[in-house]
Amino acid sequence: MKKTRKKKNYSRYGYIFIAPFFISFLVFSLIPLFDTIKNSFYEYYFSGLKIVGPNFIGLGNYGAVLKAHMLKYTANTFILWILGFIPQIVIALLLASWFTDQHLNLKGRKAYEVIIYLPNLIMASAFAMLFFTLFSDSGPVNSFLHQIGVVHAGHPIKFLSSVTGTRGLIALMNFLMWFGNTTIMLMAAINGVNPELFEAAKIDGCNHRQIFFRITLPLIRPILTYTLITSMIGGLQMFDVPQILTNGIGTPDRTSMTLIMLLNNYLKSKNYGMAGAISIYLFILSGILCFIVYRMINTDETEAKAARKREKKMRKMTRKGDAA
Amino acid sequence: MKTASEKVITLIAHIVLVILCFMCLFFFYILIINATRSHVQLQKGFAFLPGGNFIRNLTNVINDGTIPVVRGVLNSLIVSACCAGICTYFSALTAYGLYVYDFRLRKPAFTFIMAIMVMPTQVTALGFLRLITRMGMYDSLLPLILPSIASPAVFYFMYSYMQSSLPVALVEAARIDGSGEFNTFNRIVIPIMKPAIAVQAIFTFVGAWNNYFVPALVIQSKDKMTLPILIATLRGADYMTFDMGKIYMMILLAIVPIIIVYIFLSRFIIAGITLGGVKE
Repeated sequence: MKKTRKKKNYSRYGYIFIAPFFISFLVFSLIPLFDTIKNSFYEYYFSGLKIVGPNFIGLGNYGAVLKAHMLKYTANTFILWILGFIPQIVIALLLASWFTDQHLNLKGRKAYEVIIYLPNLIMASAFAMLFFTLFSDSGPVNSFLHQIGVVHAGHPIKFLSSVTGTRGLIALMNFLMWFGNTTIMLMAAINGVNPELFEAAKIDGCNHRQIFFRITLPLIRPILTYTLITSMIGGLQMFDVPQILTNGIGTPDRTSMTLIMLLNNYLKSKNYGMAGAISIYLFILSGILCFIVYRMINTDETEAKAARKREKKMRKMTRKGDAA
Repeated sequence: MKTASEKVITLIAHIVLVILCFMCLFFFYILIINATRSHVQLQKGFAFLPGGNFIRNLTNVINDGTIPVVRGVLNSLIVSACCAGICTYFSALTAYGLYVYDFRLRKPAFTFIMAIMVMPTQVTALGFLRLITRMGMYDSLLPLILPSIASPAVFYFMYSYMQSSLPVALVEAARIDGSGEFNTFNRIVIPIMKPAIAVQAIFTFVGAWNNYFVPALVIQSKDKMTLPILIATLRGADYMTFDMGKIYMMILLAIVPIIIVYIFLSRFIIAGITLGGVKE
């Protein structure tokens, strides 16, 4: 950390300056978190005008949530995320390596960047509504397919009533919204690599593929992991797109219902106990992922520490080896 | 000079990029085209060229009493602008507090903020909803704005920016010249932070503009709805009875302001994505 020389009486300003942040966090996040945890142990819901509870039932809600197909929705969320993430990371790696290759010197790079990033800023709910109208049974996509003779009148492709169609559309939207962002992140990572390494490899006779797999990929691995984890956290929160596209019911047969959509349903119907239990499951899941990100951002210090430790250990071992 | 294989790769790269750009723009192109066509034209089938119904669709949407779009745009603007202002100011303030001052809880405070950086807001939604109801803020715009005071990611961005471009000596010089601590922050630090504030203000604005989950839980009455909720009510309503031209026009209205901002500031926004993101 940096060294600052200060007179002691300034330190109270530190507390004053960071107070708004922590008060706001306390009120709008921390107290709600404890309230959520508390509610997860109570049976507490509204059935019509009747209020049931709150009755303490221990871990009852946690079991009930699992019975309410939470695992299925977790799997759905994961499938929807991975379907979008795989093409996203592949395309982003490809584009990033092309954009940063000095020898290719692609023309119009800036313009491409501007266009591929655009979908990231679009309102996800509006985007999903657009896809819903475009891909509905009588929508423009089907009428276009009819006009070019792929589809016969009265037999449109029912994108939104098939599992593949709905999941595919959600994955396509997630892909379109995020591949530009990932490309730009990875480009920054590749640009951070010492260009002499690429030159040296080229002089040694490496071709493009070898440079990519043997040099670029290993060197940007930390950023790749970071992208993976943050994308996972984002995927866990997937809500807007499937909610609007399927009107909140995850059609067909709840195969596109995500965890947050389930949470949203319980919140809307005021089933506080069940909503609490799901929230806590989410809290634990994202807590694990957060911890990984936290460790990665703080690699500077921890890695240096670990390296020192390893070095010490090695020295000890070699000394032992010498002695033996 | 490019070698033969490099020429081939360049060609492939351009083809792939053109296809991807086409995918990115095509849906918005259809959206714009369809927003200019009447319901009857839209029912007849697909077309690549605009119809002449743009103004009529627009007035139809604006005059629709059941879906208060103008009010929605206004609400969205208020919430997003307030979020952008509050979030950037207080994030800079927090970052400054932790950057310049030395106090006992400084390190724990920093560690704490870093630890909660990527915590999803959905986790606390239940407690949040119950709390704001008890505080009498249910069905108002305030709970959409106030929580943005605590934005760990924006804080981290500001902190990184200070590390690279705010020398502590400057603050000390201001002190010697007799400037008070708040005065120093508002008059000297904020101007220096302008580029960082601008970048984060844009991202916060866009994020608040597009936010759907929390507003959908908090807002009940129609005149307080933001655009994403209005879009959702469109989806929930009996879809087939709707004038399709109006639906496309509403979607267009929801995303056009952001696209206009993007057209003017795209270079700036793209440069901002990676700034202070991850140390590498």
